[in-house]
Amino acid sequence: MDGGEGLSAGPVSAPTSASASLRRARGRVSAGLFRRAWLRATLLLGAPAAWFVLLYIAALVILFISAFWRVDEFTGKLIHSWTLDNFKTLVTEPTYRTIALRTIGIAAAVTVTDALLALPFAYFAARLASRRMQSLLFVIVLIPLWTSYLVRVYAWRLILAQDGILNWALHKLGLGSLEVAYSNWAMWIVFSYIWLPFMILPVWLAFERVPGSLMEASSDLGARGWTTFRRVLLPMVLPGIVAGSIFTFSLTLGDFITPTLVGGAGSDFIGNVVYRSVGIASNVPFAAAFATIPLIVMALYLLGARKLGAFEAM
Amino acid sequence: MLERGRSLFVVACVTIAAMVIVGCGSSSNDGSSTSTGASGLPTSIGKGEGQLNVIAWEGYTQPQWVKPFERQTGCKVNAKYAGSSDEMVTLMRQGGGSQYDLVSASGDASVRLIRGGDVQPVNVALIPGWRDFIPQLRSPAHNTVDGKHYGVSLQWGPNTLLYNTRDVPRPDSWSTLYDLRYKGEVTVPDNPIQIADAALYLSRTRPELGIRDPYALTEDQLNAAVDLLKQQRPLIKKYWALASDEIDLFKNGDAVVGASWPYQTITLQADRASVADMIPREGATGWADTWMLSSKAQHPNCAYEWMKWVSTPRVQAQQAISFGETPANTKACPYMDRIERGACAKYHANAPTSYFDSIHFWRTPTSDCGPEGGNDCTDYNEWQQKWTEVKG
Amino acid sequence: MGGGMRLSRIALAVWTVLIVCFLMFPIVLIAVYAFNPSNVQSWPLHGLSTKWFSQTFQNDAMREAFWLSIRAALISTGIAILLGSLAAFAVHRFRFFGRETVSFVILLPLALPGIITGMALNSFFTWGGLNFSLTTIVIGHATFCIVTVYNNVLARLRRTQASLVEASMDLGADGWQTFRHVTLPMIATALVAGGLLAFALSFDEVIVTTFTAGAQNTLPLWIFGNIRLGQQLPQVNVVVLCVIALTLIPVFLAQRLTRDTGALRPVGGGMAGAGSRTRVVAEAPPGG
Repeated sequence: MDGGEGLSAGPVSAPTSASASLRRARGRVSAGLFRRAWLRATLLLGAPAAWFVLLYIAALVILFISAFWRVDEFTGKLIHSWTLDNFKTLVTEPTYRTIALRTIGIAAAVTVTDALLALPFAYFAARLASRRMQSLLFVIVLIPLWTSYLVRVYAWRLILAQDGILNWALHKLGLGSLEVAYSNWAMWIVFSYIWLPFMILPVWLAFERVPGSLMEASSDLGARGWTTFRRVLLPMVLPGIVAGSIFTFSLTLGDFITPTLVGGAGSDFIGNVVYRSVGIASNVPFAAAFATIPLIVMALYLLGARKLGAFEAM
Repeated sequence: MLERGRSLFVVACVTIAAMVIVGCGSSSNDGSSTSTGASGLPTSIGKGEGQLNVIAWEGYTQPQWVKPFERQTGCKVNAKYAGSSDEMVTLMRQGGGSQYDLVSASGDASVRLIRGGDVQPVNVALIPGWRDFIPQLRSPAHNTVDGKHYGVSLQWGPNTLLYNTRDVPRPDSWSTLYDLRYKGEVTVPDNPIQIADAALYLSRTRPELGIRDPYALTEDQLNAAVDLLKQQRPLIKKYWALASDEIDLFKNGDAVVGASWPYQTITLQADRASVADMIPREGATGWADTWMLSSKAQHPNCAYEWMKWVSTPRVQAQQAISFGETPANTKACPYMDRIERGACAKYHANAPTSYFDSIHFWRTPTSDCGPEGGNDCTDYNEWQQKWTEVKG
Repeated sequence: MGGGMRLSRIALAVWTVLIVCFLMFPIVLIAVYAFNPSNVQSWPLHGLSTKWFSQTFQNDAMREAFWLSIRAALISTGIAILLGSLAAFAVHRFRFFGRETVSFVILLPLALPGIITGMALNSFFTWGGLNFSLTTIVIGHATFCIVTVYNNVLARLRRTQASLVEASMDLGADGWQTFRHVTLPMIATALVAGGLLAFALSFDEVIVTTFTAGAQNTLPLWIFGNIRLGQQLPQVNVVVLCVIALTLIPVFLAQRLTRDTGALRPVGGGMAGAGSRTRVVAEAPPGG
């Protein structure tokens, strides 16, 4: 198929010989590219592929290779001698197992919580709200995303503190006070708050995509609200939920700032140990070894998510 | 549709182009790369480079003395805060060591930096205030090696016991931090060097362990200290890593007693919180800080100007009162009293020797037990691992 | 129908209101505490004061950090738009070996914990001898911003008609003209929406930036420094309040754009939004 010759669409310019030959050259290039699909693909994919492979993948590979090295204790210099010591410490020392389980456990809890919080909201916003209400709700969901993450977490310190707003309100209502500050409960609450917009958006989108006719058909066939929800809506919305869960799970898994700000004595996450190993103890090999845990967990999670169709739902 | 699409397309193109042009056009000033690491010591301070990147403890670069410095020298100060010596060492080494010019290193970071080649010797003849320093801080072992000064001493002070005056009767011992009465209301620093504090306490309460130097601990002594800390763990509300952690803990009623720096006490009292601090009868650990010059400093002249500036009596006094520590410069005393009556005596700036000797300054634990012991003491690496165990 | 439906509708509405309160309450708190007369954050608030506003605007460190954040976000977004759309086109148009992997790899920076990305880049730059500066910050940010643009453009491409491109070619336009006059207008709003999201991600990013910034501070790093100090907290609240006010504009813009693209259309438009390529042939082109 020759796209070069013939009538040309687009603005008609006075046909000087220069512009004519330029157009012919462009036409030839375009035709050449049109015939050679692989060339077009390479040109398109070249730049992003180069960026990722040379910068990101290379960095990751080097990082995880260094998990098998060690550092000199006093000078902090990297010693390129192969050793499994880092992994041995991880396996034998129970502290790290506790930390890893705590991290994964809270990440899972936050994901489930956010899914439960988001579903009714997203359903209402997608299907029951008026056009104007939808715009308003959308803005309300986006505003926290544009507000500094650090300051939002710090604000929760104020809410959950012993003399903070939560306990003040509970006192006014005559209930006792909750000692929630600086604990795993506090982290669970704060994480659920912070990542909620990330869960709401894909689920909202998924609810939007469900054709209204399906719902009508379901009720025509005699299913009541809850059954329709469970057997018709939920399976269609599941990819959206899983897409949102990728964010909530992964972001919680790797976070160290929220545990630092609102966590307590026994609230260390994988991220804290990694951050301390890199940013404080200069022990990158150990940090890299410990970081393989979230890496493997996320890789498995992503594989599962892809099976459930989450990638299309984002 | 295509018309609107076209105008949107034009807008998009222009926007992208503008983004990249604006972003790249204003080049970030990475600082003029002057010649660094002179083979000999400089004999005079050259022209300022216009910028200075420092790593400092929280509270060491208050506008009160930074602003006049910037005005006088034209050196813009960029401060990165660190909450522990480990963090300072790591930051100094980051990016090949040329990111920062100065670091306010305590005794447990300074030796590591010297051994690692991360800092270079300075010419103290260029720092007039140095001549008025107390003798112990002119050439102390933690920043002077083989007669070469790897920095200029700054200030020193104790780690204090901070308590809520309403909920805690005036304590007199570190045992308050291990008291079951305050379960869930105690806070101590998130720093492996805390093991030394536990060791110090044990050296008085369990003399059979034979702990003489809280930083030179044998395996058994270390385990004893770690056991004590593990017993303390259920009492801890939070291990504070940022100064503001402790400030918030006390202000909002989450903690009533803890190990602290005077900075927190001063900030809390300025906010009318009912807190006070003291040094228990077992003595205290403490810090003696040095401004050290990076071996790959990009702005050495500004660095020298800074070291000169903060060694002057007036600035020494300002910083001492602001943070709650003791100046190295003996001439700072009258300035302190002028800013706050009685400050000189309060911070022991005029009678330092006995007080100085009573503080166990931070230093990096190594396998060398010192003059009296052998070579089987635990080193800092083990302390770090044990600390992670303690916190769980 | 009837009572049960109404009850569930009311319940859902109540739930939505609760979620709205949950989302907005800390934001309101931040705004209110910008007027905190004391510099330590505690409850209750002892009066209001605007003294921090002037202090904040005169704060040089804050202004530099803000400006650095803007620059980093702009450049990162520019790179992300370029590379993200290139990749989206490649994946959409061609079937090649490793096509699925491309989507996976592009998603990786966002799906993997930020600390891994930050650590990896940090070690990489140190090993490569690269000085930490705006460049390293931008490399870090652009890497995870690419995926937002990529996703948006790919989703849009999937919803457009391939036949339009072929029709344009049939009418004699060469590749470039087709691209300029047909394809680009179709994806323009997706580019902008993806770009806005990328900007937001970059502007507020703190974890990767901690590892890739040198001695300079972006705005989040400046905020973290002040949180450490604990002595200038209301200034942080002032800055955040102003940023919220400023970003209401792009937020409204984003909301408008995605509404027009059918991403968030009400039920009536569900059919077109369902995204099936074959179904769309008979309808008007999307976005019109």
